[in-house]
Amino acid sequence: MALNNVSTRVMKGEIFSIIGPNGAGKTCLLNCINRFYHPDAGQVIFEGRDISGMKPHRIASLGIARTFQNVELFAHMTVLDNIKLGAHVHLKSGFLSGGVYYGRSRNEEMLLRKEIEERIIDLLEIEHIRKKVVHALPYGLQKRVELARALAMKPKLLLLDEPATGMNLEETEDMARFILDINEEWDTTIILIEHDMGVVMDISDRICVLDFGQKIAEGEPQEIRHNENVIKAYLGEEDITYSRLGA
Amino acid sequence: MRCGDFKETYIRDEEIFQSLFVKFWLGLFFIFLLVFPFVASEYLLYVANMIGFAIIAAVGLNLLTGFTGQISLGHAAFVGVGAYTSAILVTRLGLSFWLSIPLAGLVAALAGMIIGIPSLRVKGLYLCIATLASQFIFEFVFIHWESMTNGITGINIPPPRIEGLVFGTERQFYWITLLFVVLGVGYATNLMRSRMGRAFVAIRDRDLSAEIIGINLFRYKLSAFAISSFYAGVAGALWVTFLKVVTPDHFPFMLSIQYLAMIIVGGLGSTLGSIFGAIFITLTPELLNHLSELVKTYAPGHEEIFVPMKEVIFGLLIVLFLVFEPRGLAEIWNRVKTFFRLWPFSY
Repeated sequence: MALNNVSTRVMKGEIFSIIGPNGAGKTCLLNCINRFYHPDAGQVIFEGRDISGMKPHRIASLGIARTFQNVELFAHMTVLDNIKLGAHVHLKSGFLSGGVYYGRSRNEEMLLRKEIEERIIDLLEIEHIRKKVVHALPYGLQKRVELARALAMKPKLLLLDEPATGMNLEETEDMARFILDINEEWDTTIILIEHDMGVVMDISDRICVLDFGQKIAEGEPQEIRHNENVIKAYLGEEDITYSRLGA
Repeated sequence: MRCGDFKETYIRDEEIFQSLFVKFWLGLFFIFLLVFPFVASEYLLYVANMIGFAIIAAVGLNLLTGFTGQISLGHAAFVGVGAYTSAILVTRLGLSFWLSIPLAGLVAALAGMIIGIPSLRVKGLYLCIATLASQFIFEFVFIHWESMTNGITGINIPPPRIEGLVFGTERQFYWITLLFVVLGVGYATNLMRSRMGRAFVAIRDRDLSAEIIGINLFRYKLSAFAISSFYAGVAGALWVTFLKVVTPDHFPFMLSIQYLAMIIVGGLGSTLGSIFGAIFITLTPELLNHLSELVKTYAPGHEEIFVPMKEVIFGLLIVLFLVFEPRGLAEIWNRVKTFFRLWPFSY
């Protein structure tokens, strides 16, 4: 059983982190929200609405966006096209108007381009690569493009699966800054999975700790830092803890 | 060298033809296309028409296989469905040719959607086999539904006309072909830079994340099958009206393979590539024919060896493309363009 009896609540507008050792079921929890997995029991409730029976592609139109642990971009498309795809659910043109590309459908494309340029590309500082094909980009930038694509959906809830993995210190700091900016400027609720304890402790409003599919703790960073169960299961002994926290 | 090329509006930046230079040459090429029928021989016009039909069908197949990533081995069957629909509508119901073309496309699109249903469950090689089955089913129907298709004797089709104007010869039909090629290529190019086209490519590149961003995979895969088959149907209807006869022999399995060869040689996932591929695959056998004529005159006695070699050379060319230029003629074109963009200062 991957997840057992895990129940939690994320408040609007907060940055909520899920941590735990490998195989604890963190990504599995996101997959349940996303409807990739069908839980045998239990419910996922979003804005007072039970979404446990919905198809995965319907989730996007509710305003739930996501990035993946291993970058899942459209490798042969340009950065711009990838980001535009994020806005798919907000566009209206169909196979007739799209093929004519004049009038309303062209206006729609231009508005989209303007919005992407001014709100997303500018925020994430990826102007220099907007016309590059994604698969040729370095990993750190790909992660950023994936975040940009998720933002184009104008999400109410953003699920980030290890956004800072495999990045150097500077890139990690940038990413943490972007997450905070998005949370503040876009008013987006964020659920974050991350192994970099520095990032998690610094930016999270609340943290939930999973171990072997069970929830072992939930609370503000300060409480989690000193929670004995968490230290035993994940953070490690006191002295090691301190080195990992950079304290 | 192209320089100082800065865009000031997003509209300019998203244009298909980016610079005045490109527009100029494109305009010149278009003028050439308009003048061509007045100067070319009947034979050249025949070849031009055949290239036109191939372009329409190849652009359609590229939408499905190149852009959406759903391999189809049954494209010739949809060409056939369109061809028979048009032929039957014109000869039995006395419908005008102009009305029969979109209807042929629609019927082919419907057939394509039905064949596309397995695509939700099966991918890649398995889908390949499912579409292969459709090829043989439709071939069987063309031959054996005699009350409708006249079996192997086929149907004779009258030439299209507007009022007194008859489009009976290669020269006259060229205008119809040109019109539909321009419409077809234009539509495909626009579609690929709008919402739906992007969704197609997203499905090809990573269907998992396509679903996450809200793309209904089933609906879009079926749409890709429908649009692709619509192109096939229109191409088929034009082709047999041009030939003035339709028989089941026109749509063998080999034709499906040829369409695939066109988009592979031309460049998968590139509308320009489908055009190049269609030209290449249509012209190569014709050129080889001429070559064998030459062999006959200058080296008599060698033709027994050379004539069967045509097939071998044709196959060899495709293999060479796959090995040395897997992204097709479109990529060569891009390289040439880049070269001249930087020329003479290559850094």
